[in-house]
Amino acid sequence: MAAQVPTAYYLVLAAILFSIGVGSFLIKRNIITIFISIELMLNAVNLTFVAFAHQWHQISGQIFVFFVMVVAAAEAAVGLAIIIAIFRTRQTLNVDQIDLMKL
Amino acid sequence: MQLALFIIFGALAVAGALNLLLQRHPINSALSLVVVMMSLAVLYWSLGAEFLAAAQVIVYSGAIMVLFVFVIMLLNAGKEEKTTGSRAAYIAGFPGAAAIFCLLTFVFLSEQKALGVANLGGHLNSGLNNIEELSRVLFTKLLLPFEVTSVLILVAILGAVVLARKEDQ
Amino acid sequence: MSHLSPFQIFLLLSIVKIAVVLVILLTTVAYTVLLERKVLGHIQNRWGPSRVGPFGLLQPLADGIKLFLKEDLMPLAAERPLFVIAPIIALTCALISIAVVPFGAVHRIHGVDIFAITDINIGLLVILGITSIGVYGIALSGWSSNNKFSLLGSLRATSQMVSYELALGLSLVGVVLRAQSLSLRTIVESQSAHGLLSWNFFGGYQFVAFFIYLMAAYAETNRAPFDLPEAESELVAGYHTEYSSMKFAMFFMAEYANMVIVSCVATLMFFGGASSPFGNLIPAFGGAVVQALLPVFWFVVKVFAFLLLYIWVRGTLPRFRYDQLMSFGWKFLLPLAMANIIITSLVLALHG
Repeated sequence: MAAQVPTAYYLVLAAILFSIGVGSFLIKRNIITIFISIELMLNAVNLTFVAFAHQWHQISGQIFVFFVMVVAAAEAAVGLAIIIAIFRTRQTLNVDQIDLMKL
Repeated sequence: MQLALFIIFGALAVAGALNLLLQRHPINSALSLVVVMMSLAVLYWSLGAEFLAAAQVIVYSGAIMVLFVFVIMLLNAGKEEKTTGSRAAYIAGFPGAAAIFCLLTFVFLSEQKALGVANLGGHLNSGLNNIEELSRVLFTKLLLPFEVTSVLILVAILGAVVLARKEDQ
Repeated sequence: MSHLSPFQIFLLLSIVKIAVVLVILLTTVAYTVLLERKVLGHIQNRWGPSRVGPFGLLQPLADGIKLFLKEDLMPLAAERPLFVIAPIIALTCALISIAVVPFGAVHRIHGVDIFAITDINIGLLVILGITSIGVYGIALSGWSSNNKFSLLGSLRATSQMVSYELALGLSLVGVVLRAQSLSLRTIVESQSAHGLLSWNFFGGYQFVAFFIYLMAAYAETNRAPFDLPEAESELVAGYHTEYSSMKFAMFFMAEYANMVIVSCVATLMFFGGASSPFGNLIPAFGGAVVQALLPVFWFVVKVFAFLLLYIWVRGTLPRFRYDQLMSFGWKFLLPLAMANIIITSLVLALHG
């Protein structure tokens, strides 16, 4: 019943998720998917915060995650609004075709 | 129990993340991320962060990802096509991600001695429940940052409204 | 049962509880449909279903058989995996929430609380979380059927549910402030001292919050007068236009299960859950079994009253227009909910 998990395993899991996030951030060409990979990286980092909060018996790690969530929500709202604006002017979501500052 | 939860939901999270990477359609990627987030919520709960587990489900999967799915549906985004840029990205992407993974894993595993173990039901510095503890710190010591984030959200809402508005009026 | 370990007893009783609750919930769902058709019929001066069985009581059974035996159509242009998984998400999310609802007083057999599947300290947040996941079922169903009416319906449903979730969550904050807990058991206990007078609706002065909750909940379950996502006159049938047979039945059951859950939450949060409206005025009568089942009776009566209210509203009010819906949610309900929180917390700070 009391099987324990080393904290390091949680960190390795977070590392796996983070690197997958980095990989898909670099590989994906769709601007929405790139944005989704950023969220994945944020989530991976949140997991390390929670794991460390559990490890050191400190609440501050969890508070950090709380703030990350708030910022992620704000970021998603603005980011998706930008994506909609881009799509409206260029009719594409491919980042390779959105490389000019003006039309 | 802790180990079983970790293995099941850790595997689910990794599978979701890989699916995110491999799927070509944005909506499938978004849904795989939802799976990752839900399994992370279970892991948070097993690490004694009940409020964060609930917030993860409500805020991340329930609000942010719904917004993503909504935008994908609204823009009717199709499958992504391959371009010249994507080959360069493959060349840089996989080694880069692998290098980051190796570095992080090496550091974490070499420091494993300094870290302890996680067990179910282990709690934080006092016997209060998680939400009480969290809110006590949040509304006393960290009141200013908390209020600043609310201003940040307000700014974000205004920004989103301005950005997404049609310009012809 | 002495040869079983405590954990095995716990497991066994939990499985039995889950099975019983699920069967009761699904039966309730089936008979809510019949109740709705009957009451709507009487409101519109006709009889409603009356052919199958006495008073049409076997109608749900006939409907079930019909839906099971219908051909399961799969549109050619549909996105197959998502099209199949969407109704499953919708129904699962609708059914899971019942797990945290306590529908009776605390009554333990072998250390297991038999009148609630589980009591966790973030019960309310779990219900809100599961409700917010339920949006995916509707969003994906509309998108994957590749039909413009479905897509419009699901876009409407998604934006409506996301907008009203805010008002829904905020309307419950006042109650949580009063009970100082997110556990549904504790919230019910905080209202059970003096019967009717200590309910949050009467004694707690949370009636504003209750009406906000009620309206947000109607919008959240896509029911009249907020049934724009499936407005027959505009969108054929909204997000489930392309669904047939059991997949359609799943959406249908999900809608009514959501209604039941929402009524349960309203009962728990504002009307004292399983506590009696008369408090200790009635002397205890009957044996231990009657005393254990009496709270369940009160709970069921309250939930039933809310379901009737649902049907009554549907038979009475016309549908909102889309812009009216949005401005009502954002410009009226949300500020009102915030004002309610501020006033409640001020009163609690000064008197509590």
